[in-house]
Amino acid sequence: MSKLNRFVYDEHLLSYHFHEEHPFNQKRVLLTKELLEDAGQLNHENIIKPRIATEEEIALIHDNSFIHAVKSANTLTKEQLLKYGLGTEDTPVFPNMHDATSRIVGATLTAVDAVLKDGAKTAVNFSGGLHHGLKHKASGFCIYNDAAIAVQYIRKNYNLRVLYVDTDAHHGDGVQWAFYDDPNVCTFSIHETGRYLFPGTGNVTERGIKEGHGFSFNLPIDAFTQDESFIQIYETALYEIADYFKPDILITQNGADAHYYDPLTHLCGSMAIYEKIPRIALEVANKYCDGKWIALGGGGYDIWRVVPRAWSQVWNVMKDGKTVSGLLPEKWIEKWQEQTTELLPKTWNDPIQDIPCIPRKKEIEEKNQNTLSQLLKYTKVKRS
Amino acid sequence: MHVEEIMKQDVITLQPTDSIVTAHQLLLAHRIRHIPIVDEDYSIVGIVSDRDIRDASPSIFSADENQDILNKNIATIMKSPVITVHPLDFVEEVARIFYDHEIACLPVVSNGVLVGIITEKDLLYTLIQLTGTHIQGSHIEVKVPNRPGILPEVASVFGNRGLNISSVLVYPYKNNPEYKILVFRIQTMNPLPIIRDLRQAGYELMWPNNIPEPKL
Repeated sequence: MSKLNRFVYDEHLLSYHFHEEHPFNQKRVLLTKELLEDAGQLNHENIIKPRIATEEEIALIHDNSFIHAVKSANTLTKEQLLKYGLGTEDTPVFPNMHDATSRIVGATLTAVDAVLKDGAKTAVNFSGGLHHGLKHKASGFCIYNDAAIAVQYIRKNYNLRVLYVDTDAHHGDGVQWAFYDDPNVCTFSIHETGRYLFPGTGNVTERGIKEGHGFSFNLPIDAFTQDESFIQIYETALYEIADYFKPDILITQNGADAHYYDPLTHLCGSMAIYEKIPRIALEVANKYCDGKWIALGGGGYDIWRVVPRAWSQVWNVMKDGKTVSGLLPEKWIEKWQEQTTELLPKTWNDPIQDIPCIPRKKEIEEKNQNTLSQLLKYTKVKRS
Repeated sequence: MHVEEIMKQDVITLQPTDSIVTAHQLLLAHRIRHIPIVDEDYSIVGIVSDRDIRDASPSIFSADENQDILNKNIATIMKSPVITVHPLDFVEEVARIFYDHEIACLPVVSNGVLVGIITEKDLLYTLIQLTGTHIQGSHIEVKVPNRPGILPEVASVFGNRGLNISSVLVYPYKNNPEYKILVFRIQTMNPLPIIRDLRQAGYELMWPNNIPEPKL
């Protein structure tokens, strides 16, 4: 039973660390693992150690000159680094950057192998999901794009049709562009509209090119979107897309930054969306992929109040087919409360009185509904 | 920005004696909407658009009749004289001409010879470049008093953070001449530090970043 679901982890994955003030903080992965352990949801039998990705594997997506720049980042000038998106405020250089990122890519490939080689149904690597990484440059906190590498690895070694679903509040641009002309990889990203938010792309009209036309889907939703609208349009879109594409395997990028506490984005979801997202993923994986599902992490910048709960629910659904509710384990709260000034939540779900009241709610819902119909109109035309 | 920087140099042309049907095929084959008509010296004598050709074609309801109309010379339906621009004209002037004359294409002529073509689409592409939305980045709008020196003041806040600005737009604030809006696209995924700096410097941010921290 336990062998059917794999949790890829070791402490070296936390070495992907820019600096203390940087919003991207992999302590989230440790907080998630311990929350699950303290809740009795995860034990050592589920955990597998990640391998390190080879340069050849990284080159499935990235240019050799970029890989070389990451490896020798300490010796390059500011100008040379900028060419590769390194040494910026977003992706500053840190020691052993190549090694740290290769471990994350390796962990994602370990998850892939667990499912496709070693007979697991599902596997997670919450340290992965670095979806902004581009072929020739680092971007938006991401160096190597483990998600894109994993997709290409599956294409090359197993020739399966891959559905990549990205629920990060930022557009999954790196993965989209990597497979923009590939009809065997379908990418679907729901995210806050790029009008204000990085990276700015992910319009509903971005559909793919050449043979890949019709296999990129984007659902840009309005700032301040809340649970009901998010869930309703996401669910409808994903079921439609899965039915249209009929994937062999599902990869989800589970960025947890669409929550009202998240400091970087303007979406206003609560834990309700993070309970629903994995349940829908499981259904899609069971219906089309014989259960094969690999989940990755991603964004998520309230590392105390949001990310550990959100990611834990992904694992809970993989393992038991359902989310956990009620109180969080006291042991976990006690241990970590002293490390943060944020008041840790007491329960798995968000108390209703904490959920903000958005005056423009009706308009936002209507706008999102329109975007959804634009997306679906196209899907149906394409199929008929 | 000069016309020569955004014009297309490979121009599909015809001579006045070519047939309407040839023009129609060229429009379809190259997915274009305008064909300049040139003489042997490559100087412009006219222009045809897809609409001119459609006007000249028999109705789809009488498709079998009058097909020989399409064998007439293109000279019979081309428009002349042609409004043209020079490679060193400004893109803004092109926009003005498109708007005033309600046209969507301008041949570019230098020394009496056709050297390029610029269309509505090229102009819109340039507009996308000007807004900076083709580069990954975050968008920040600042409402500022309409007075000299304000742009460098605000821009220096970005400079102090070492943030690269991919574009700056300035536009009026509603109908109030005392204020204007500065729009910056900056190459970062984390606008929090810069939002904090701008607030501390006393600038007013526009939606959705006008909400004081925490988010709501």
